[in-house]
Amino acid sequence: MAIKNGKFEEPFVIEKIVFGLLSPQEIRKFAKVTIVRSDIYEADGSPVVGGLRDPHLGAIEPGERCPTCGNTREECPGHFGKIELARPVLLPHLGDYIYMLLQSTCRRCGRLLLPQDRAEYLRKIYVRLREKWPRLAEVMASHIAKEASDVTECPHCGERQFKVRYIRPIIFYERRPEGEVRLTPLDIRDRLERIPDDDVMLLGIDPKRARPEWMVLTVLPVPPLAVRPSITLETGLRAEDDLTHALAEIVRENEKLKGFITTNAPETMIEDAWITLQHVIAAYIDNELPNIYQLTHRRKRPLKTLAQRLKGKEGRLRGNLSGKRVNFSARTVISPDPYISINEVGVPVEVAKILTVQMVVTPYNIEEARRYVLNGPHKWPGATFVYKARQDRKIDLRYQKNYQQLAEELEPGDIVERHLVDGDIVLFNRQPTLHRMSIMGHIVKVMPGKTFRINLLTCPPYNADFDGDEMNLHVPRLEEARAEARELLLVEKHILTPRYGGPIIGGRQDYISGAYLLTIKTSLFTIEEMSRIISRSLAYVDLEEPAILKPRPLYTGKQIISMLLPRDLNFEGKAKIGSGDLKCDNENCMADSFIVIRGGRLLMGVLDKNAIGAEQPNNLLHVIALEYGEGKAREFLDTIFRSFIRVLEIKGLSVAYSDIEIPREARQEVERLTEKARREVEELIEQYRRGVLELIPGRTAEESLELKIIELLQKLRTEAGEVAIRHLDSFNDIFIMAKTGARGSDINVTQMATMLGQQTIRGRRIWRGFRTRTLPHFKPGELSPEARGFIKGNFRDGLRPSELFFHAVAGREGLVDTAVKTSQSGYMQRRLINALQDLIVSYDGTVRDSWGNIIQFKYGEDGVDPMRTYHGKPVEVNRVIEMVRSMRGHRNE
Amino acid sequence: MSSGGRLQKILEDVREVLPLSLYEELVESLNKAEDLSEDEKIAVVGEVIRRYVLAMVQPGEPVGVVAAQSIGEPGTQMTLRTFHYAGLMEFDVTLGLPRLIEIVDAKREPSTPIMEVYLDEEHKYSEAKAREVARRIEYTTLEKVMLSLQYTLGDREFVLKLDPEMLEDKGVTVDMVIDKLRDSGIGEVEGGEDPYTLVIAVDRKVLPEERIFDYKAYKEVEAKLRKLYLKGVKGVNRASIRIVDEKVVDGKVVREYAIVTEGSNLAEVLFMEGVDYRRTTTNNIFEIAEVLGIEAARNAIIREIMRVLEDSGLDVDIRHVMLVADVMTWNGTIRQIGRLGVTGEKPSVLARAAFEVTVKQLYDAAVSGEEESLKGVTESVVAGVPPRVGTGLIVTVLGVPRKRVGGE
Repeated sequence: MAIKNGKFEEPFVIEKIVFGLLSPQEIRKFAKVTIVRSDIYEADGSPVVGGLRDPHLGAIEPGERCPTCGNTREECPGHFGKIELARPVLLPHLGDYIYMLLQSTCRRCGRLLLPQDRAEYLRKIYVRLREKWPRLAEVMASHIAKEASDVTECPHCGERQFKVRYIRPIIFYERRPEGEVRLTPLDIRDRLERIPDDDVMLLGIDPKRARPEWMVLTVLPVPPLAVRPSITLETGLRAEDDLTHALAEIVRENEKLKGFITTNAPETMIEDAWITLQHVIAAYIDNELPNIYQLTHRRKRPLKTLAQRLKGKEGRLRGNLSGKRVNFSARTVISPDPYISINEVGVPVEVAKILTVQMVVTPYNIEEARRYVLNGPHKWPGATFVYKARQDRKIDLRYQKNYQQLAEELEPGDIVERHLVDGDIVLFNRQPTLHRMSIMGHIVKVMPGKTFRINLLTCPPYNADFDGDEMNLHVPRLEEARAEARELLLVEKHILTPRYGGPIIGGRQDYISGAYLLTIKTSLFTIEEMSRIISRSLAYVDLEEPAILKPRPLYTGKQIISMLLPRDLNFEGKAKIGSGDLKCDNENCMADSFIVIRGGRLLMGVLDKNAIGAEQPNNLLHVIALEYGEGKAREFLDTIFRSFIRVLEIKGLSVAYSDIEIPREARQEVERLTEKARREVEELIEQYRRGVLELIPGRTAEESLELKIIELLQKLRTEAGEVAIRHLDSFNDIFIMAKTGARGSDINVTQMATMLGQQTIRGRRIWRGFRTRTLPHFKPGELSPEARGFIKGNFRDGLRPSELFFHAVAGREGLVDTAVKTSQSGYMQRRLINALQDLIVSYDGTVRDSWGNIIQFKYGEDGVDPMRTYHGKPVEVNRVIEMVRSMRGHRNE
Repeated sequence: MSSGGRLQKILEDVREVLPLSLYEELVESLNKAEDLSEDEKIAVVGEVIRRYVLAMVQPGEPVGVVAAQSIGEPGTQMTLRTFHYAGLMEFDVTLGLPRLIEIVDAKREPSTPIMEVYLDEEHKYSEAKAREVARRIEYTTLEKVMLSLQYTLGDREFVLKLDPEMLEDKGVTVDMVIDKLRDSGIGEVEGGEDPYTLVIAVDRKVLPEERIFDYKAYKEVEAKLRKLYLKGVKGVNRASIRIVDEKVVDGKVVREYAIVTEGSNLAEVLFMEGVDYRRTTTNNIFEIAEVLGIEAARNAIIREIMRVLEDSGLDVDIRHVMLVADVMTWNGTIRQIGRLGVTGEKPSVLARAAFEVTVKQLYDAAVSGEEESLKGVTESVVAGVPPRVGTGLIVTVLGVPRKRVGGE
């Protein structure tokens, strides 16, 4: 349903499209003018009659009346012209078909080179096959062609057959006993004409829609002017479209050939002109054909002809038909706002004044509509247009002074094009749009400033950060679209991802550190601090008694979070920090790394990445989203997560140089480990030099040595890291971030505090550079760790020049890899989508494509939507049993 | 009323409704939860069914696009490098993005073909027996067991020195070599100064008189000798033993051995003595399709894709992978995801033209007089109508009647 000029217009729907070749009769029938002149304008600037801008081709100037149909340019559809070719010319892309036809039909009688009974038999099968399996019929046709092309004598007229040689794209020879003879398009057309319809059909060609002789042009259609508009430069000069240039070339060559023929010029001259005409027409159709002279703009840029308009990413099909441009969209930089809902997006006032929503005036909203009109287009919230239904008139408020009067005149049925206001639904998108969570519905919240604001929790699905990322916003125009956006696209409907059945929205970075610092046992909060944390969540909670009353009242962090959790929530799970000494597998553990929530109370365990993080299946958020619904999950994200940030505002989280300083004994231990590893490496090198190195089966001595050294040095770094981490204070903020999964990992800590470790290229130690060494700092042929990219230094103390270089080398490999990967995986995804996009689940539970083929009898073998699963499992039976148990407790009370 | 009967009856009914794995889990969990009364157990069953039904896909769900996105989206996070096979430093295996592309491309040969050959009861617990099978599998040529092969121009004699260690390792005897040499018809074989030296007098047919000083002719003979087939399965270049399982039975450590091979030839290895044909497998999907059929190939595609994803540490639901495998195999052949396969065989001209090789698609459609019925997604977008997917499947009651145009 489209609203145009205030009226609903019934859209036309295309039922089907039939493809075929144009017959010369058809071309002549719809051609309104024959083009015979290659010049376009007369000296006075008017278009040449019989030239490529003949007015009969259609009205294109404002106010002009079309001499063919009598309409102005708004109504005139444009009309084709034609060029009568002096001699026939092949359609270049059909060469393979022509070749096939020439080979498999008789050169004299034109019949398919198969005996009558055989042909009849095949025809019967072919017709039936075509009905049911058109793809198979195609294969059959190619087999028939192959069979017929091997015949050397016509079974119908007994004529001897000769092989045809085809040089792409337009040259044909026949191998007669007396030698090779060139087949001219005239000869070819003659032969094609003789092939009967029934035989044509057997060769996979539909004779009704594409008679073989139509593959040889005798008349060329000239597209209307609207297809090839000319542009007027500021200088007043006219520049013609590439197609017009190519057509002019054709007319020129055609007229030349015509002249030669009428003046009985020598045969060779005619031949040459004919061949040139073929080349020019081939180039007009496709300017990138091999062995064809390219048409160029004054010997430079090749012309963009018909095929080039259709082809490729920016071509008509991919660029304009399957990818369309839109209005009512906006794009700007994004920035974070933790205080709006994840369902919302902050829209700058400036944007809200340009993007508009149509509202149909009714008795119920007429006052609201008047307020918008009264504000006009420049004051938000206003309106930009008013469509008066009764007068069928569109009023642009930019050119109106009297908003007051317009507002008063509003009546039901009118349509007001009003500014975007709070509560409108919009689509929000960040490229690359790799999955459906890259476009989600947000509720508008108009704000000052010039950026779009989004809640930080929605960063993971968009894969967004705020280092200059821009995002796009689209306003759905129809009520149907808006309803769908609200019901299906809203962010809260996409907390869970279908990719692995888990939450994709969730905490990152500070949210995780905050949750951890709130819930560790050592965190105690005064009443004032507790109030600040709770109030930030904007949730209504019943405050409880502080856990500690003397010497002064203090709340535990677990108390605070318990006040915010749903009363009937039960959850158990391992925390991320649980590794090594802190590992906990069940609730009987003192390390506080096993989370137990019973009846909405956090009884033990800390909340970290495993409980509230994004992309962590079966975590707290996941359970809430699945069992309480996405609404509750959204509420959880919108309220409690804010408190986590507030905890950091109270407690502080920052890093200093001293945070990555390890004590002297740790340094010495790392030194010892390094020394040991170095000795071992030297030992290996020595063995290798002496030729006694134990080989890995199937590897050469060099490979074995390298593999062993790498393994050794890898182990060294891990051990060094363990030493460093062991010596870090557990309240060290870097340590907290790495342990809780907020940011960084053990490797990052290792590299800052102890050593960067071995740098590699394609999994090998660095070996490139000079002939026998990586850098002049080392002896030729040196195989020691530091000569091959092992970095002893760390980020805290700095790197040596050679170390910095090696690090840069490995870093560069990473960059190159990423660049290559994105293009490769992008193409793979495009192919996957193209292959799978038609598959849907039907009402009977089968997966079918658009043509009804059944791909799966039951989706995923169990009919379960992965989005609604616990990491692939449709139901957690144990949670259900737990639930039934807890209900028993309630009843007994 | 007997109390146990009610639950049993309900479970019987439920069996039809729930997927097998879920049903089994339910029964097992109910048996374990002894503290629950029968009513409570029935409540559990009811809730499980309710949750299962809630988790079902809705009609119209564009599962194809979701699957494509779920596999494509993590593609950027994959690695490009090859890795050592499961910790074994002997083989490199293509993993990550290149392997994934290889699978959806339906390449005939994987870039690193690998077979996992499991052994039958008799052979799998002994390293020696496993090695014996491995020796029979490994394709061994003369080249692999010799130390040197020398000749002098003009005297038509090749002196072959065998490597006793390698002979032992590959399980080849000197007599075997002599037999194979005789069978090859290259020439007469005589013993040399020690048991591991053989002298081959090349036949006149192989090395004619006029070429007796022709260096090239000697080179040819040398190449022939080096490539002389001794034993093993063609295509399997290396086979090595691996421990796949370790159990303690009656206080003794029992190890299960299996063979990993570089190169693949499922058809031959499968029926060799000592090989457990039920578990033996390869990463060459086409071989599986030929030997075991298309259903097996489908499972192989699923397994291979899942392995790539898991090795890269990516979490993708198996349902998406199954759909891709089904799309590739549902018509009984393995079709590539792309122009030469699934997309190229779509019934819609516009869908094909909008993908790749636009101009050719249009010409072919014209010549065969194809009709575009605008049923699929791409075509709908091109024609500007809502695709018949998701909510596009439903027509609202208040829909505006659409004028129909077109047709012949």
